[in-house]
Amino acid sequence: MSYKGIIARYAEVPGGIIEAFHAVEKEFSFLPEEAIAEAARVFKVPAAEAYGVASFYSMFSTETRGKNIIRLCESAPCHIAGAAEVVAALEKELGIRMGESTNDGLFALEFTECVGQCQATPVITINSKPYLDVTPDIIPNILAEYK
Amino acid sequence: MAEEMRIVLRNYGKIDPLNIDEYIAAGGYKALEKAKGMNQIDLIEEVKKSNLRGRGGAGFNCGQKWFFANQANADQKYVVCNADEGEPGTYKDRLIMQGDPQSVLEGMAVCAYAIGANKGFIYCRGEYPYVVDILNQAIDQAKAKGVLGDFDIEVRMGAGAYVCGEETALIESIEGHRGEPRFKPPFPGVEGLWGKPTIINNVETFANIPVIVEKGADWYASIGAPSYPGTKVLTLTGDINNKTFFEVPTSTTIKEVVYELGGGVAGGKKFKAVQIGGTSGGFIPESLLDTTISFDAMSAIGATLGSGAVFVMDETRDMVDVVSKITKFFEHESCGKCAPCREGTARMNELVGKIKGGQGSSADITLLKKLGGVMSIACLCGLGQAAPAPVLTTLGHFAADYEDKLV
Ligand SMILES: Cc1cc2nc3c(=O)[nH]c(=O)nc-3n(C[C@H](O)[C@H](O)[C@H](O)COP(=O)(O)O)c2cc1C
Ligand code: SF4
Ligand code: FES
Repeated sequence: MSYKGIIARYAEVPGGIIEAFHAVEKEFSFLPEEAIAEAARVFKVPAAEAYGVASFYSMFSTETRGKNIIRLCESAPCHIAGAAEVVAALEKELGIRMGESTNDGLFALEFTECVGQCQATPVITINSKPYLDVTPDIIPNILAEYK
Repeated sequence: MAEEMRIVLRNYGKIDPLNIDEYIAAGGYKALEKAKGMNQIDLIEEVKKSNLRGRGGAGFNCGQKWFFANQANADQKYVVCNADEGEPGTYKDRLIMQGDPQSVLEGMAVCAYAIGANKGFIYCRGEYPYVVDILNQAIDQAKAKGVLGDFDIEVRMGAGAYVCGEETALIESIEGHRGEPRFKPPFPGVEGLWGKPTIINNVETFANIPVIVEKGADWYASIGAPSYPGTKVLTLTGDINNKTFFEVPTSTTIKEVVYELGGGVAGGKKFKAVQIGGTSGGFIPESLLDTTISFDAMSAIGATLGSGAVFVMDETRDMVDVVSKITKFFEHESCGKCAPCREGTARMNELVGKIKGGQGSSADITLLKKLGGVMSIACLCGLGQAAPAPVLTTLGHFAADYEDKLV
């Protein structure tokens, strides 16, 4: 669906711009500039304000990124459970650094703060789905699900 | 011997959370019926008398807050459930919503009746889309059964901003804005969502309500610590044997939590520190473990109960290393609205990083303490005010970890 169609679905929702952005991201993985401008029109706010919302929230990206978004929790409980080794393993396996996307557009790799699955640290999420007690050796298997 | 007591998690693992009939068979929605048979003020008095204090961190008397919104004159009022749960190490609200979503809806409906609201929102963090699905199904079922009467509940999703857990930032976010806290007063009970009187309570607070209505204020007030009665759901993380959750009366001590329920420090190592209440909580040394987890007892030792996260560190952990993650967190999560926090969190992270890298001097320690003192009073919202606590408490209780690294 086009971003116009997606945003239109939320036009009648008071304060619905954030919900609309979530829906656009689900389709495009990021918020294209035209989508932000369209949201400003639909929700009747200045473009600067719509951009302000898009840039405030860490789950929204205003730049293109890979389709499957891998987020790695770097909060203290995951940190002391060995998150750094998981970072190294992910970077090696994907051939990119944290904050980058793979050339084939398949994966984006990001840090996040706690995702609320701290019973089994360290934790990563892919498209918000949590993977628990992650160790470097299970990374290839996890990634294979998305290839 | 410390024992679990399940009030909020009364149905957890016992009923199918996606089947409202099982909730009703377990006694669900009787409390709402009972509440609706009471006069609103009597109902609020009962909640007030139970001395239930907010489980979202600030510990305000729940009935008292409801009273303000009840008294406010307005054509529209709102009930908002704070399910933003962003405090690192915390997942208790997720457990409640996944295990027993109807209990939260029922608690909100009782509140709606008490203050005279017909519209509610659950603001659920963006990291929990699978919880949003559960909540929406639960709401659909409750609507189909007609148990909520004319009270309508809508779920809204956050998008990854810790500050949106702060009640006025949360309101801004529901309204579709950047999540920047507002100046208070006016408080949300008087002027909240879209300028209307709004009650915001935490998930765990709402889940307590049906039981209080059903069993009475006196029963509830007699559980746990008298000044902060009831139970608290705790989530144990870090170097602990039982990395899991427990619901315990608030008279339980930290020592009981760590050594009895938690099974002690993992790997046979020695205890070094515990941080309670999430990333904004103070660090607690071994000498203070006999403190009870109740709100006021924790404040008295310069710590907080907060969200109930219990993060244990063993003897091998370097406090400066752990704190450096925390100062980075606050720099990242500061919304930037006020200078003491925007600049303060950045400088604090810089100073801790400098010390961690072996470049710091004793003058930097002095600076950290001074900066922390200023931030705790000058910042606009609780984020900036609490941000220095991990630094200041580790400087107090674990000074050697810093001193070892000074040039
Ligand atoms: C930075 C910050 C983050 C907060 N995060 C949460 C949160 O995730 N959940 C919550 O219930 N309260 C949170 N609070 C507290 C709320 O502002 C508010 O006090 C609470 O939702 C009131 O509900 P209660 O009285 O039931 O505790 C936060 C406060 C601050 C300053
Ligand atoms: S204290 Fe920090 S988070 Fe709170 S309003 Fe100020 S800048 Fe924003
Ligand atoms: S600390 Fe990493 S998921 Fe909570």
